[in-house]
Amino acid sequence: MLSTTTSPGKGSPPPPAKSRAKVAVGRLDLGHVSLVAVLAILTLVGGLTKPSEFLSTDNLQLILTQASVIGVVTVGVTFVIIGGGIDLSVGAIVALCSVWATTVATQEYGLLGILGCAVLVGVGCGLINGMLIAYGPMVPFIATLAMLASARGLAEQMSDGKTQIVTVNSVLDLGLPDAYVLGVPPLVMIFAAVSIIGWLVLNRTTFGRRTVAIGGNPEASRLAGIAVKRQRLMLYLLSGLCCGIAAFMLIVLTGSGQNSNGNLYELDAIAAAIIGGTLLSGGRGTITGSVLGVLVFTTITNLFALNNLESAVQQIAKGAIIVAAVLIQKGRKTP
Amino acid sequence: MAPLLTMSGITKSFPGVRALDGVDLEVEPGEVHCLLGQNGAGKSTLIKVLSGAHQPDEGEITWQGSTVRLTDPVAAMRLGIATIYQELDLVEHLSVTENVYLGHEIATRGFVRPREARNRTAKLLARLGHAEIDPGALVGSLPAAGQQIVSMARALSHEVRLIVMDEPSAALDPDEVDNLFRIVEDLTSEGVAVVYISHRLEEIRRIGDRVSVLKDGRVAASGLPASTTDTRKVVSLMTGRDIEYVFPERRPQPAADADPVPAAASPTPLLRAEGLTREGEFAPFDLELHAGEIVGLAGLVGSGRSEILETLYGARRPTAGSIFINGEPLRLGSVPAAVRAGIGLAPEERKAQALLMLESVTRNVSVSSLSRFSTGGWLDRSTERSAALAGTRDLSLSPDDPDRPVRTLSGGNQQKVVLARWLLRKCRVLLLDEPTRGVDVGARAELYAVIRRLADEGVAVLMVSSEVPEVLGLADRVLVIREGRIVHTAPAPELDEHRVLDLVMEGNPTC
Repeated sequence: MLSTTTSPGKGSPPPPAKSRAKVAVGRLDLGHVSLVAVLAILTLVGGLTKPSEFLSTDNLQLILTQASVIGVVTVGVTFVIIGGGIDLSVGAIVALCSVWATTVATQEYGLLGILGCAVLVGVGCGLINGMLIAYGPMVPFIATLAMLASARGLAEQMSDGKTQIVTVNSVLDLGLPDAYVLGVPPLVMIFAAVSIIGWLVLNRTTFGRRTVAIGGNPEASRLAGIAVKRQRLMLYLLSGLCCGIAAFMLIVLTGSGQNSNGNLYELDAIAAAIIGGTLLSGGRGTITGSVLGVLVFTTITNLFALNNLESAVQQIAKGAIIVAAVLIQKGRKTP
Repeated sequence: MAPLLTMSGITKSFPGVRALDGVDLEVEPGEVHCLLGQNGAGKSTLIKVLSGAHQPDEGEITWQGSTVRLTDPVAAMRLGIATIYQELDLVEHLSVTENVYLGHEIATRGFVRPREARNRTAKLLARLGHAEIDPGALVGSLPAAGQQIVSMARALSHEVRLIVMDEPSAALDPDEVDNLFRIVEDLTSEGVAVVYISHRLEEIRRIGDRVSVLKDGRVAASGLPASTTDTRKVVSLMTGRDIEYVFPERRPQPAADADPVPAAASPTPLLRAEGLTREGEFAPFDLELHAGEIVGLAGLVGSGRSEILETLYGARRPTAGSIFINGEPLRLGSVPAAVRAGIGLAPEERKAQALLMLESVTRNVSVSSLSRFSTGGWLDRSTERSAALAGTRDLSLSPDDPDRPVRTLSGGNQQKVVLARWLLRKCRVLLLDEPTRGVDVGARAELYAVIRRLADEGVAVLMVSSEVPEVLGLADRVLVIREGRIVHTAPAPELDEHRVLDLVMEGNPTC
């Protein structure tokens, strides 16, 4: 039936095992290694300048706890960016969630009421973002910029600009050293859980695969039969969910809810994702990189505070790290 | 005559590949020098060296008698070497004039002089026979052929001595190709040399003076006379084979001869469209696709052929009409519904519309079948990988490496990845839009064999192609479309190339 054409070299068996190993080595990429190196250097600097304070258990617990809140937000933002979007509203959503979940009415329902409210408000904001972007369709930058403005405004109106003190003991107890398991604060465990689940979802599920696909080439994804709009919507829902969880963590940490919470989280989260190797144009990124990025930024903040340096210097250092990380990634891509 | 350009011993290596291995090329003023070779033979690298985009590792370039170094595209441009790339490099949001003078704006002390630039652009466009293009129009609003004219005007806005054209006819209709050739003739009569790259051998015989053939980074033959060199010889130089197009045999159709009432015997068509319309794109038409059949859709670019495929596939919503798969009505305007019903599309623009260029072969193949390899959203990656590998091996993808990034594959192999995607999805209706665009001659025969085999295995294929011999050689039945209307339907063996071309261009079935 067929006039088959044979061409030379087609019959040679492939070396799948070898190339797989190469991919595995490739995964351990220069970006991650250099972030770990930066962390090591920062630890060294901390150990040398403030040996007793920096390396104390208390301080390490503090660094990790501070990393946890922004870390959970960053995991959500990383998904959005890999999927080809951007979420500028995360800080404002965290503020709204923290205020809504600490109103007198909500506090009556205890811990679950506060947690449930924070998560629901977060998911609700994500739903609005997602609907506007996927079905509006609006540019993500503009839709989430609008959410940034209105969510923070609503938070201020709801709280009347005042700090709302939490009186539910079961919530406050979560932040106390008594709640630590083997020295690990519960908030850090939440961060670890969110990161691990995020990693699994991105690397081991159809959801993760589709996220990467729509970020890399939305048109090809659509023509491959992926429901691109639905996937986009889901990504902003996910980001909103992470904001809700982070807001709850912030409530535990500060024992209060206020409309100034989560200020500039959007920039910190995007910056952490970027230095972790996530392409701002979408289609490529890792949870590991984002977590490392968060740890680097939090450690710097801590180090500068311990050494009584002004926050201005700290901001300059952060900027320099963003530039350096992106330059390293560029160098890696063009061999 | 002294040569305008001499390249000698040009060698260029990339990590793992020696793209050019001691290539010599000599171009004389006023000649059309055609460069032939399969994908990966080194043509693109050679013209990038010539345009200053790549630096050769070894070798010498002599321009009008003196040795030169082309350190960057500006250096090449200053000498009078202009390159028109296959993928046009225009800025869509700028006007024609702004594009033509991009990078060398006409300005006095930093202030641009728009009127002067506009006048000069109008003159260039007139010289190219396209005075109707408005110099103030946005380039994005022009059709592909118009954009190519702009690209050429940009080349001519410099004092140009040599123009390199990389597959200039790939996106053009026959009458536009005629105009392109007229421009090339005008240029050469003024002494400008043209290096012309094309996969279409008949064009080269029409327009070319001399032919050089590249194979595996070396020169297989140089300076052959274009008009008298036998096609067979050229093809064999390129491929080591003596074939131009090898079409697989059609399946003999005993049913039609043996059965006096074939209509009664034929089962429900796999796909049936009734009165399908999209206003402004194509007029109502009916279509039946049966299992095992390849139907060709012949028509010009812009005749509505791609729109028909995309509407059948749900990527566009018809304004009227209905589609039935196996007799069941299909939800219109939904790609996921079409994919679930067993329809697959290999779109025209492979890189932009089909492939995830950053991803591996495996992930590109499995992307439409992810739910098959997952339980509750959880992927079974080893099953996914082995299924994708089985699919690509079945199509003899080369290189046979499922983890290779798909962007490193040749055009023909990228198309195989797209086909493997739909085979893995077990799709029953395959829509192919220009399946062999950018695919070299050798790989085409392989693709033809694959498409025919799929049909023999019971897939219904609807194929769009600008290349009439391809439609006639591969399809069982041919629909001719002109300006959104299907003007003729006939079994392929009853048609010949002239007839189809007449129908495509004139809509006149008598001749």
